[in-house]
Amino acid sequence: MSENPILALLFSAIRLATPLLLAALGGLFSERSGVINIGLEGLMLAGAFTAAVTTHYSGNPWVGLLAAILAGIGVALIHAVACIRYRADQVVSGTAINILFLGVPALLSGAMFASTGATPQVPKEQLLPYAPIILAFALVPATWWVLNRTPFGLRLRAVGENPEAADTAGVNVARIRYAGVLLSGALAAIGGAYLSIGQSSLFTRNMTAGRGFIALAALIFGKWRPVQTMLACLLFGVAEALSIQMQGVSQIPVQFIQIIPYVLTIVVLAGFIGHSRAPRALGLPYQKKR
Amino acid sequence: MLELRDITKRFGDVLANDRVSLAVAPGTIHAIVGENGAGKSTAMRIAYGFYAADSGEVVVEGQARRLASPHDAIALGIGMVHQHFMLVETMTVAENIVLGIEPGSPLALDLNGAAARVRALSKEFGLEIDPAARVETLSVGQQQRVELLKALYREARLLILDEPTAVLAPQAVTDLFRILRGMRAQGKTIVIVAHKLAEVLEISDEVTVMRDGRVVGHRRTAETNATELARLMVGRDVLLRVVKPEAKPGGSVLSVRELSLKDAEGGRRLDGVSFEVRAGEILGVAGVEGNGQTELIETLAGLVDRRSLTGAITLGGTDVTALSARGRKQRGIAHVPEDRQRRGLVLDFNLAENAILGVDERPPIAVGPARSWLDREATFRRAKKIVEAFDVRPPDLNLPARSLSGGNQQKLILGREFELPPKLMLIAQPTRGVDIGAIEFIHRRLVELRDLGCAILLVSSELDEVTALSDRLLVMRQGRIVAEVDPARTSIAEIGLLMTGGEVAA
Amino acid sequence: MKLLRELLFPLIAVAAAFLVGGVLVALVGDSPLRTYELLIGSALTWPDGIGYTLFYATPLIFTGLAVAVAFRCGLLNIGAEGQLYIAAFVTAWVGITCAGWSAWLLVPLCFLAATLSGALWGAIPGVLKARFGAHEVITTIMLNFVAVALASYFTQYHYKPPGDPILETVPIGEGAHIARLGRFIPGFPERIPLNLAFPLALVVSLLVYLFLWRTRWGYEIRATGASPAAAEYGGISTGRQIVLAMAVSGGLAGMVGINEVMGYRYRYYDSFSAGYGFTGIAVALLGRNHPVGVILSSLLFGALLRGGLFVDIFTENVSKDLVQVLQAIIILFVAAEALFRGPLRGPFARWAKRV
Repeated sequence: MSENPILALLFSAIRLATPLLLAALGGLFSERSGVINIGLEGLMLAGAFTAAVTTHYSGNPWVGLLAAILAGIGVALIHAVACIRYRADQVVSGTAINILFLGVPALLSGAMFASTGATPQVPKEQLLPYAPIILAFALVPATWWVLNRTPFGLRLRAVGENPEAADTAGVNVARIRYAGVLLSGALAAIGGAYLSIGQSSLFTRNMTAGRGFIALAALIFGKWRPVQTMLACLLFGVAEALSIQMQGVSQIPVQFIQIIPYVLTIVVLAGFIGHSRAPRALGLPYQKKR
Repeated sequence: MLELRDITKRFGDVLANDRVSLAVAPGTIHAIVGENGAGKSTAMRIAYGFYAADSGEVVVEGQARRLASPHDAIALGIGMVHQHFMLVETMTVAENIVLGIEPGSPLALDLNGAAARVRALSKEFGLEIDPAARVETLSVGQQQRVELLKALYREARLLILDEPTAVLAPQAVTDLFRILRGMRAQGKTIVIVAHKLAEVLEISDEVTVMRDGRVVGHRRTAETNATELARLMVGRDVLLRVVKPEAKPGGSVLSVRELSLKDAEGGRRLDGVSFEVRAGEILGVAGVEGNGQTELIETLAGLVDRRSLTGAITLGGTDVTALSARGRKQRGIAHVPEDRQRRGLVLDFNLAENAILGVDERPPIAVGPARSWLDREATFRRAKKIVEAFDVRPPDLNLPARSLSGGNQQKLILGREFELPPKLMLIAQPTRGVDIGAIEFIHRRLVELRDLGCAILLVSSELDEVTALSDRLLVMRQGRIVAEVDPARTSIAEIGLLMTGGEVAA
Repeated sequence: MKLLRELLFPLIAVAAAFLVGGVLVALVGDSPLRTYELLIGSALTWPDGIGYTLFYATPLIFTGLAVAVAFRCGLLNIGAEGQLYIAAFVTAWVGITCAGWSAWLLVPLCFLAATLSGALWGAIPGVLKARFGAHEVITTIMLNFVAVALASYFTQYHYKPPGDPILETVPIGEGAHIARLGRFIPGFPERIPLNLAFPLALVVSLLVYLFLWRTRWGYEIRATGASPAAAEYGGISTGRQIVLAMAVSGGLAGMVGINEVMGYRYRYYDSFSAGYGFTGIAVALLGRNHPVGVILSSLLFGALLRGGLFVDIFTENVSKDLVQVLQAIIILFVAAEALFRGPLRGPFARWAKRV
């Protein structure tokens, strides 16, 4: 690695932005289809935990990644059913998922490993330090293409803006929304998996530390568009990278440095929301009108 | 071509269609008429596969069909243009048209091919439109063309149009009828759901009348007239004129000078509007929906962002331009909003709590230190008074407002506003979605209010209503007052012309 | 009949949660029946079971009320956790700084400190939402992290007894202590931390009821939550209601500090909260955002918290996290049932998009 500190910072930012980007892109698919997904945090935790545990038992991180994706889809299915079929309040449902995954990993790991939430460490050869980064950034143009140049993307956007119009055009609104939410589960889970078997080598309790919400803020900041969301995630990545570097060097108490990403999120939401427009049907359960 | 046999459909407690049977002959323009809530739209949505009938058959070209979704109807050559357009505003015309039947592969949309076909179709049927334009930039008439193209793109042979003229000015209606006649000449079959008899008589070949979910009559258009159709629609002879005594206007109550309102994109929703309303008169505002009437009422009620507003509003000599909505209510400006369920009522609150909306911060409702405590007795008394005076049914004050019918909800709102008591009453679309008994009641009370000395500003898109009730009539177009006329001496046709400026609107 | 219907849905949610929880328990290798027996049984003994249940229920009543009030305005306050931390620290700070003062002065002062600091921390996301449309779910969660960090910083660098390995502050003055209930109830030991904050919580619940349904401000808050467009039409300033609701909500959450600092530990103790803020969400939802419901569900969750500790110690594999899982499932079921009530947030979501 080069001695150049700026380059090091940039590379660090990219690494740190990766889980945010994955979760944010997942959130993009869900929200563009009209379903708020506050549960990204819980989905990431689900992915992180599943990846760590499966890799530990199988010895193969790719298996771990696959298991994480399946877990993410499974958990997202709960959110999808609650919100689409039962028209539950989407924010409350997402919050429930988050709380669920504060508890479930600890419960299971307590039984499996007699720990208070951590999984055993995975040896270095069984980690995936680079693949998720490449995947995350490759997904940005892919997401743009899917959204704007494929029939699926067209229908997704329609369902998020005017589900009644899509319905009368013969589009199955529920099915598209399920697809959006399940995709968000898969992608967020990959983001979480990267945290436990890419960036570090084990799962610890609540290891996402709010990243799911920061990803959501990045999505809003990025106006629900792939490229802008990526830039927003990079911004947060830089902030986190800076905060880590400062912790070692600076005289400032560690607590103040730790809160930098969180304060930045608040500033972003306060400063830039005014100009973006969410998908019009976001957050509104769809019901055939009389 | 299309037949409905004994179609029955229930929504919860409401029997929307009761053994409806009708037949549409191929190559004709067939009108289905009835009042609001007669069940016409429901029947057609069943024909389009949007709803499933509880019982009965849909027969297309001689064969009974099961329509599980619009998909099936489209496959059979049935297309539908809804009253409220089903368009995704942020997408382009071409994208909207191909939504659901996208050309190309799952990995790549063929938008160019789509655009080409759209252009060909628009030439064939005389529907000028740019496939690459974003729908939100189009006018109402143009948006309707996109809807027609959607059906034509899917090779519809039967087109169902639900209240197509509701949002069009008279000249645009003529335009539309020309297009429809052209389609008929090309062998298409057209079904129009409507309630404006004059238009129905002009364009249709046959007409079916529905009332309260049932079919009550079928005629060849050439063999019937408006009176007969109206009688079938309502079940009794309809009084098409409101009986009202001569107005005795007093001094000026509301004075509006050079009022202009800018929207987010810099367009002018209101453009230099000036007028006066005097005590004891009803000033009507006619115009095609979307030309600034809604904004006018909301501005006068104090519900718009004052930073985008210029001009002066004076009430009884005092400048109230900068006054908040609350302040205006306190000064006696009453407001019966256009959107009664969203604006006028808190649907989850009961009748009593709704009865104090807008007056909850002053005595006799709010008492005690800092006027913080709500006097329940006073609240219930006020609510009871309103419910009795305006015959709101059912009169149970603890019921949520949500459970009332549209007419009763409107009566509750009116009663509440009448109770202020108002010096100026702003009222928009007073009888939209209200049953005919309540309509007569509401009209009567408005005239009574006028004769008590209140100034009333009335906005209505029902030309019959606004011309019958108003003492003076303003016509609005594109945010401007373009004319003031005497409604008793001006014909509907003239007013229609003023509403559109005489151009052949797009 | 209506009351029965109101109770039915929460009961179904709880039953469903226990069912799913039972499956999870079986999955980790323990007996669901025995686990639940431990869970509930340990909460009902006298004096310890009931005493601790009520003690844990106290902060839950406060946070439950906090979330309920915010919900009534169409807002989801996830920041109760941060609000209670800030309030607890400030309460301790006042108790430490004015250590010599008499109880007549200090106790009300500390009450005020708890409530006002919580209200302030709650008002911040309120203002951000009202003025900038910033979604309160994200801002409150971010502020949770900031609150914990700030309290931790001040404790570590300024108020920790030197040489103390635990991250806690020096004790507060005697004048700031409030009595434990053991002093007033015969046969009830004073070692159980149940204190005057509990009856205070009940009184506050009554006040919240009166506030929401009998005052003008409560009416306007509820109108804003039920239909922001209609509230605006009625002359209500929805922005002001949002800030007011969040401030009241934060103030209520802040009262947890009274229980914790003045009645139990007599100092600020880092990370003292057993997730009271998040549990408050479950409490409010299960209690249908009504003070009576909040009290009832706090008792349930208080019992679960108490039982959870026992389950943790006395079973092979199940840990107290089971309680968190039960919470989440209850929330999910209540959320799905909420559609019968007509969405509280639907109209607000639409309005919020206007920004």
